[in-house]
Amino acid sequence: MLEIEGLTVQFPGRFGVFTAIDDVSLSVAAGEIHGLVGESGAGKSTIGAAIIGLLQPPGLVASGKMTLGETDLRSLSMSQAHELRGRRISMIFQDPQTSLNPLMTIADQLIETIQAHEDVSASEARDRSIALLEEIGIENAATRIKAYPHQFSGGMRQRVVIALALCTNPELIIADEPTTALDVAVQSQVLDLIRRLAKTRGIGFLLITHDIGVIAQITDNVTVLRGGQLMETGPTQKVLRTPDHDYTKSLMAAVPPLDRKLDRFLVPDSDAPDLAAPAGRSAADAEQWLTAGTQIFGEGLGMTDVTVKFSGNRTSLFSKPAAFTALDAVSLSVRPGSVMGLVGESGSGKSTIAKVLTGLVQPSAGQLYLGDNDLPPARARSRKDPSRRQIQMVFQDPYSSLNGRHRIGDILAEPLWHYGLEADADKRRDIAAAILDLVGLSADAIDRFPHQFSGGQRQRIAVARSLLARPSVLICDEPTSALDVSIQAQVLNLLKDLQARFGLTILFISHNLAVVRQMSDDVTVLKGGTIVETGPSEDFFTNPNAAYSRELLSLTPGMPGQ
Amino acid sequence: MLARLFKSEPVYLFFRSPAAMLAAIVAILVLGGAIFAPLLASTDPYDLSSFSLMDGLLPPLWEGGNPRFLLGTDDQGRDMISAILYGARLSLTIGLMAMAVASVLGVGLGLAAGYFGGRFDAIVMRIADIQLALPAILTALLIDGISRGVLPPAIHQDLRVAVLTLAIALSLWVNFARTARASVFVERNKDYVQAAMIMGQHPVRVMLRHILPNIMGPLLVIMTVDLASAILLEATLSFLGIGLPADSPSLGTLIRIGMQFLLSGEWWILWVPTLFLVALVVSINVLGDFLRDVFNPRLR
Repeated sequence: MLEIEGLTVQFPGRFGVFTAIDDVSLSVAAGEIHGLVGESGAGKSTIGAAIIGLLQPPGLVASGKMTLGETDLRSLSMSQAHELRGRRISMIFQDPQTSLNPLMTIADQLIETIQAHEDVSASEARDRSIALLEEIGIENAATRIKAYPHQFSGGMRQRVVIALALCTNPELIIADEPTTALDVAVQSQVLDLIRRLAKTRGIGFLLITHDIGVIAQITDNVTVLRGGQLMETGPTQKVLRTPDHDYTKSLMAAVPPLDRKLDRFLVPDSDAPDLAAPAGRSAADAEQWLTAGTQIFGEGLGMTDVTVKFSGNRTSLFSKPAAFTALDAVSLSVRPGSVMGLVGESGSGKSTIAKVLTGLVQPSAGQLYLGDNDLPPARARSRKDPSRRQIQMVFQDPYSSLNGRHRIGDILAEPLWHYGLEADADKRRDIAAAILDLVGLSADAIDRFPHQFSGGQRQRIAVARSLLARPSVLICDEPTSALDVSIQAQVLNLLKDLQARFGLTILFISHNLAVVRQMSDDVTVLKGGTIVETGPSEDFFTNPNAAYSRELLSLTPGMPGQ
Repeated sequence: MLARLFKSEPVYLFFRSPAAMLAAIVAILVLGGAIFAPLLASTDPYDLSSFSLMDGLLPPLWEGGNPRFLLGTDDQGRDMISAILYGARLSLTIGLMAMAVASVLGVGLGLAAGYFGGRFDAIVMRIADIQLALPAILTALLIDGISRGVLPPAIHQDLRVAVLTLAIALSLWVNFARTARASVFVERNKDYVQAAMIMGQHPVRVMLRHILPNIMGPLLVIMTVDLASAILLEATLSFLGIGLPADSPSLGTLIRIGMQFLLSGEWWILWVPTLFLVALVVSINVLGDFLRDVFNPRLR
């Protein structure tokens, strides 16, 4: 149905022409779900935009053939392309929060879309909308249709977005990361819906995603892209199980498996520098410096009966706003030198635990401890408290956790200066260079700015910064969820190595169960601010106790029979 | 270093924007003229003995004036070019100083209000709201009046420039405070600021070293726009007669003097300094708009 041959998309710019898509061919048949997978910058979304005719200027289709049925997509005029969009090709976007108009009811949005493409009366359009909502699994559609988007949950909203895409009976739907913003339980419902629609309505889906698990779960065929070039294409089972291309092989090897624990990930094409680090600035020097202090690496960390309440929305001018309980009497204990994985859906309170431990959020009740000592909570923790140095944090988003106006050398020297670990500025610089070598970056990175590095390199710098405090505890809040799989594998390897070498205690927060399995000795499952289950990691993954844990595990898309 | 500067986005866009380049040329010419006024001006407009009443009310050269006075003279026989150059010098000095005082005061308060939030934020912002409710001229009149009452006349004369600067600064700081506060609210929740807070760094260090460099973009825009406002405000106050006296004329004072001759045929005494002021203020505003577009890619 959709045939693409030799598609090339170029972006002319100030510094020459950038070829985003280079000679890519693929086809989607009616009723087929075709996965388009690749890391960020691979050009997945650009292909989607080229098909639907919405390339951001100055992007242009330089060559190639695109046909939908009998229609040549490249020869369409502006108004013809506009006519085609919606009627024959629809699109589902990543974030259901922003792809619906918050000021219009669901009914208005659906009726508007239907009437834009067909000459039908409003009441007929309404009837069709209700039938459509029922089809995609929204109960009481006749009353729910009058609601506004904010009255629906994230998963329900994504269903409404799908209904919007369906309401003109398109032949092809381009779904750009349709489940990336959703929790696993909701994700599997949305994926089921997509599969059902492909089967019952014979719609072709082009499913763009970076998540191999999603690809494995629902696609029929898959195309692997890298840097705008087609690496491999074929039936999903074949490509994932017995990949031909080296890149696909390394990509598959980098995907953390859910069903077993690996010692290390294989990362064939590593970007680690080959040059030897200068004397006094090598990884060995960094290691020597890190272990030279008097501090003990790897102290236990824990909390008992910690409750955190946030003030909610004020409903009346004169009454106090009702409190929202983010954590409800949570007790948690991380053994010294071990890795505790903390899992849960969004809103379960994972990050709040990190914020309580680092002293950013004041708990309303409960005690914290570090080693054998009490850890003062936020307001009682002075700026000079020793725990400020002992507990370090690695953030989720490496793009915002490094100050963009400072050089890497300054960023790394800051903990050394702040905690009074090294008084001499030249020595601070040497240590900063040495630690860069330890985390696998070249020493000349020291004079550059964060924006000159990729996400994975930045996350290495963030890890290096946290290590320079000579911490005993590292709190990692989703340290790899902003990264591509191959880079995620590198950062996870790095964390594993460092943990083994220095016996760090790590609290590893993630929503990705497969990653948690690779990293942790113990696992704690959190739901709605309370602990559902806690225990040794392998026991949890092989034989979970709580019903919620079993549900969580069964919903997580895994790799096919490895 | 220089090569990198020329490759950077703002510089690249600058050389593609004729309006911004023209504005920059005008602003640089005016600034240069003001700085080198003692070298460029043929007479010293502050030295009353250097000009003669015989030269009074000479029209510009093309209207049949004296070649010594290209743009004519005023009733005192003062060369218009010299008076304008010196006047621009005064206006720019007061404008720049007022802008500097306003930005230090406003950015400082705005940073702290945004960082600490809560009661401190509420108090600072209510004061800012009150300040906004008072017209700038009223604030300036108030400060001028108070200083006249409090200071002995002799000292008041010496401190006129300082009083004027303070009056203008006090009516401009609100812009800086509000912009800084809003930007801090955005930056404060970013991880790099949180990281500095977790380390237990001193709040002043977090504000100045971590947050301030990251919010300079919008502040630079406000600075340019407010520099133009400060110059205009000074001209307004001087025009109303509460600014600088006729013996040390700023651009506003020159325009006030020129008003008297508007209907008597000696148009150049009013129009030359007025056009000069307009050119200066418009060019600064165009530069400010250009900077705003550069720092806010969504407007492009």
